[in-house]
Amino acid sequence: MKICVLVKEVPDAAVEKRIDPSTGRMDRGGEKNLNPYDTHAIEAAMQIREGGTDVEDIVAVTMGPESAVRALHKAVSLGADRSVHLCDASLAGSDVAATGYALAKALEREQPDLVLLGQQSDDGECYTIGAVVAEHLSMPSLTQVIKMDVADGALRCERQAEYGYDTVQVNLPAVISVGDAINEPRYPSLKAIMGAKKKPLETLGAADAQIDASKVGGDNSGAHWTGVKPPPQKPPGEIIEDEDTNETVEKIVTWLAERKLI
Amino acid sequence: MANILVFALHYEGAINKNSLGAVSEGARLAAELGGEAHAILVGENVPDELAGSLGAYGASKALVANGPEGLAQPVVDAMAHAIEQGDYSYALFGGGLLGFEIGAGLAARLTAGVVMEVTGVRVADGKLIAERPILGDSAISEIEYRSDLGIIISRLNAFEAKQTGAGAAAVEHIDVTLSPQATQATMITRGEQRGADVDIEGAQILVAGGRGLGKPEGFELCEELAHAFGDTAAVAATRAVVDAGWYPYAAQIGQTGKTVAPKLYLAAGISGAIQHKVGMQSSENIVAINKDANAPIFEFSDLGIVGDLNKILPKLTEAIKAKRSA
Repeated sequence: MKICVLVKEVPDAAVEKRIDPSTGRMDRGGEKNLNPYDTHAIEAAMQIREGGTDVEDIVAVTMGPESAVRALHKAVSLGADRSVHLCDASLAGSDVAATGYALAKALEREQPDLVLLGQQSDDGECYTIGAVVAEHLSMPSLTQVIKMDVADGALRCERQAEYGYDTVQVNLPAVISVGDAINEPRYPSLKAIMGAKKKPLETLGAADAQIDASKVGGDNSGAHWTGVKPPPQKPPGEIIEDEDTNETVEKIVTWLAERKLI
Repeated sequence: MANILVFALHYEGAINKNSLGAVSEGARLAAELGGEAHAILVGENVPDELAGSLGAYGASKALVANGPEGLAQPVVDAMAHAIEQGDYSYALFGGGLLGFEIGAGLAARLTAGVVMEVTGVRVADGKLIAERPILGDSAISEIEYRSDLGIIISRLNAFEAKQTGAGAAAVEHIDVTLSPQATQATMITRGEQRGADVDIEGAQILVAGGRGLGKPEGFELCEELAHAFGDTAAVAATRAVVDAGWYPYAAQIGQTGKTVAPKLYLAAGISGAIQHKVGMQSSENIVAINKDANAPIFEFSDLGIVGDLNKILPKLTEAIKAKRSA
């Protein structure tokens, strides 16, 4: 079995995120890291391999600027065997639909049996890229999967949907986005971190992946940003720093009593 | 013409509340655009009466296709078919997991622009502009569509269900051929309820616990506090801890759980992710206890306490007991 894991470089969670007012795009400068949700997808791939299924290749795949190489190194340190970096100026500014198309083209070259990804990215908060990729690859797809077993060329997946827990059988090849409850990702060993840069890394331009340039980039995206405005203002709440807990509790009780909540 | 096609999710003979809201919003927008709102339902033998009932929410027509329920790709097939045959400028989805999957798949199939987490839509120059909160809801971006079809996936509870229409919608059955990918997934069990049945929707006071409780036993602190508040209080939980098996599914608030608006929502060890926020932000009073001063929940709580809940909750429980028995 060959598993491709889609990963993404995102601004570090500790860094304040902002929108570039001139383009309406996320300012992706500053400290970057591997999207934390993606580590669950890599871990899921590792657990399939360690669970006895013959997985000969785990490939981390990303689309992004040159700096995205760091996210691939992290993915490899967490267990991927090699990585593919789709990197081309023409891809910048692509919306979800265009990004999914481009990633699907990169995946077509790999012919994976299973494509895994995290439930969302830490920056854009899109839960949707998996469904776009699956459609382009004509593969079945399921998102927010929290339990996954491989048997007889199919996956048995569990997830929470609108009305409770669903169990769905999905035939391979398939695109599965995993929820963060599926596993606890391991920490990379020092040796794995040191060795990550030596693992094979292939860099692809848009032409290498046979991407139709008229379908990608900010100018060719169907959803187009026109402006940004502040949200409706709600007066800021009161904040208490707990130093003396007895005093804190007294303040809470007074606050609740004033509102007739006790 | 600028008709809007609205996906209507249904389960066990009832239309999803978020879908009803989407139909209402679709009808409002279509009227402004000079078109009609049509609903589409996919399922095994969907009753005409159920489909027609969407007329009350403003749908002039309800399309019904036969197909497996609870999975996204058969609906993508049905909606793509309807859009190719009909005259639609927009496709609209209420909040929820399937809407995200179907909307994204449809965007790929029809090369359409898609915006998700939409909280508002307005008409400008005969076109729709979608509003989407970004950066942890600290700003709202406005997005227009340049594609022939625009896809709007709303946030949970973004649109209110309003009975504005007159009479039943005209029901039209459509034949859909499933795509190869749609035949490769099969629902084994749907809507399984796990854990004890608890009622959080009727409670006036909710004490909700999240990952910050540290361990399943942390919920004992929440239960004791709820008990101190009296009979009108109950305990709720976030998706993360429910998926981890710390608390029953029936107590879950948020995107795939319940939506509540109690008099008091006391969040213990909850960071306040968007998926949780959408299920409780209409609560009258929100109190949050979290040791991380940067937790997003402090941005929408009325009273925030930065501190260790293991120290605060037991003392708060005792103080409320004392106050109530005084």
